[in-house]
Amino acid sequence: MAGFSQKDTHNPDKSAPSENPQSPAEELSLATQAEKRISVASNWTLVWWRFRKNKLAVTSMVVLFFLFIVVLAPDFFATADPEQTDARLAFIPIQSIHWLDEGHLKPWVPGIAGERDQVTLKMIWTVDETQKIYIQFFSSGYPYKLLNLIETDLHLVSTVDPENIGKIYLLGTDRLGRDQWSRLAYATRISMTIGMISVILSVILGLLLGGISGYFGGWPDMIIQRVIELLQSLPTIPIWLALTAALPRTWSPEKVFFAITIILALRGWTTLAREVRGRFLSLREEDFVLAAELAGCNRARIILVHMIPTFTSHIIATSTLAIPVMIVTETSLSFLGLGLRPPAISWGVMLQEAQNIQTLALASWLLIPGLFVILAVLAFNLVGDGLRDAADPYSS
Amino acid sequence: MLRYILQRLLLIPVLLVMFSVMVFALVQAPPGDFLTSYIATLASSGSSLEKEEIEMLKQQYGLDQPVHIQYLRWAENLLRGNLGLSLEYQRPNAELIGERLGLTLILALFAFIFTWIIAIPIGIYSATHRNSLLDYLFTVINYIGVATPNFILALILMWGAYSYFDLSITGLFSREFEQVPWSFARVIDLLKHIWLPMIIIGVAGTARLTRVMRANLLDELNKPYMISGRARGLSEWQLVMKYPVRMAINPLASTIGWYLPELFSGSLIVATVMNLQNIGPLLLRSLINQDMYLAGSILMIYCFLAIIGTLLSDILLAWVDPRIRMEKS
Repeated sequence: MAGFSQKDTHNPDKSAPSENPQSPAEELSLATQAEKRISVASNWTLVWWRFRKNKLAVTSMVVLFFLFIVVLAPDFFATADPEQTDARLAFIPIQSIHWLDEGHLKPWVPGIAGERDQVTLKMIWTVDETQKIYIQFFSSGYPYKLLNLIETDLHLVSTVDPENIGKIYLLGTDRLGRDQWSRLAYATRISMTIGMISVILSVILGLLLGGISGYFGGWPDMIIQRVIELLQSLPTIPIWLALTAALPRTWSPEKVFFAITIILALRGWTTLAREVRGRFLSLREEDFVLAAELAGCNRARIILVHMIPTFTSHIIATSTLAIPVMIVTETSLSFLGLGLRPPAISWGVMLQEAQNIQTLALASWLLIPGLFVILAVLAFNLVGDGLRDAADPYSS
Repeated sequence: MLRYILQRLLLIPVLLVMFSVMVFALVQAPPGDFLTSYIATLASSGSSLEKEEIEMLKQQYGLDQPVHIQYLRWAENLLRGNLGLSLEYQRPNAELIGERLGLTLILALFAFIFTWIIAIPIGIYSATHRNSLLDYLFTVINYIGVATPNFILALILMWGAYSYFDLSITGLFSREFEQVPWSFARVIDLLKHIWLPMIIIGVAGTARLTRVMRANLLDELNKPYMISGRARGLSEWQLVMKYPVRMAINPLASTIGWYLPELFSGSLIVATVMNLQNIGPLLLRSLINQDMYLAGSILMIYCFLAIIGTLLSDILLAWVDPRIRMEKS
């Protein structure tokens, strides 16, 4: 790991074929070709070649890609305004999409009829198969601004009849009659961004402090290491709870959002700083650093141009693995009512609706945001593991 | 060895002092103090306090003093074992916490034992039967186990039990045992209920430990001493259990350092969801109601437990691995 850049220029017998060649000349030329390809490939190409061998990681990457699209344009996926409440439409169950209509491909969802139970005063929803609400994909729904820039009304799925816009509930509705499918799209945006922003903050802090610690050593190293030890021995969840509870209730959702990313990053950087420090310590002794010093490079150049690029792939792997931790923490905090608060929508905020066992028994679809948490965490973990294994293309 | 342990022990007070400053700053941070919320509570119930009474209460709790004096008074009381009075429950904090601390520890201990009993054999099996069907199955379960936050698992299980078996699986006791003093029957009742929270809290840790065990053992299985053992005619079972397993378990001692504290504080959310009577829900309530001395005391207990967990793992690691022992002394 330590000698990345040295080995970049010439690659020792990694590509030599291990099995006995059938026709020596042909095999040899093939081998030299492969060897040539490998020896001229950049470090990143090698990482990619190795990463794509891991099928699970690649599949997870595709999952993450779709989640990112939702992050970029939640409105495109939403079928209704996520804030639109109507208590009369509470707890509508999941509407299943029917693909065929009288033998033709013409997707529709059944209409829903509600009736109030005279004793319990609860709404009882029954599926009315005779009433068909036709839907189509990539069609117009309610207007919105894509990426806050482009005015459009294009949606992934919408009703054929403009009258029915906002009257389909693909994943049911919650206690206040809000459409869960649409809320889920917005929640995905907030939960994923919170995870990523706090990891970016952690990376900046970790690189800076870990770099100082590892490159300069001495008393700064001593102090930073003690701070890291102190932070790492804190019981995380209780302290996070106390921190978020200390945020003023009057703050706007945006302010709370950024405060939470900072709170999450406050401990997140320690793992990264440790790793960065370790890398710097071992790199400091490398010949290419000495060469750069002798060539008259200043410290900033040595660190930024010569040292950091040798372990960028490791940093990316570590930070990918840190994102799910942040997502889970945010979900937990919001679930307990101390993280993001409505009107902000995140997976945790949505799961708050599912806290009560009686509600859950009545409306099991409120658990769906939990499945999204699991999916996102799983995908990030698998991609992170794949990257970590691929980060060092020269190890066997 | 003794010197090493002594060094670690001496560090505890230092850490505790630092944590206490931090904790105090945290519970102090929300705007207003608990007296303001007390007055608000009284006002909402129709009664109110005279100005003199407020002044008196302020003096009694030292709220008229500057913050650092308040901290010193609080820390002094902590040292004496006086955790103050809960505003919400109007009872000494020590009593409130004492009732629930035992359950917190028992739950963590059970989850810990569960983790090791399950993770080690599965880890050994997966490593020795690498790429077998069961190995793949365990790997899949592990990935999902790590990815599922324990409170979501609790929610799913609670929902499943309630809607399919009409079972309510919340709480640590049956209703008739909830408020009675400890007896043999109550212990049995606890054991009947504790297994599910134990599994829920332990699942993620089990999954992670299994992976570490599998990886450690795989490293060992390639070592030359395995060949020499086989050459001398050791049976495969003997060979694996006697050498590589022992080598692979040693580094696991270091996982206790993060795992025990995680079990203590990780049970917090599950406890809230499943209505378990440990200190987690108490902390949550006290934070929301600004019951600051109760919150402070519980946070200090969590900090203390975290320190103890790390200490235990350090000592254990030094004990099983002479290299660490020698290096330190």
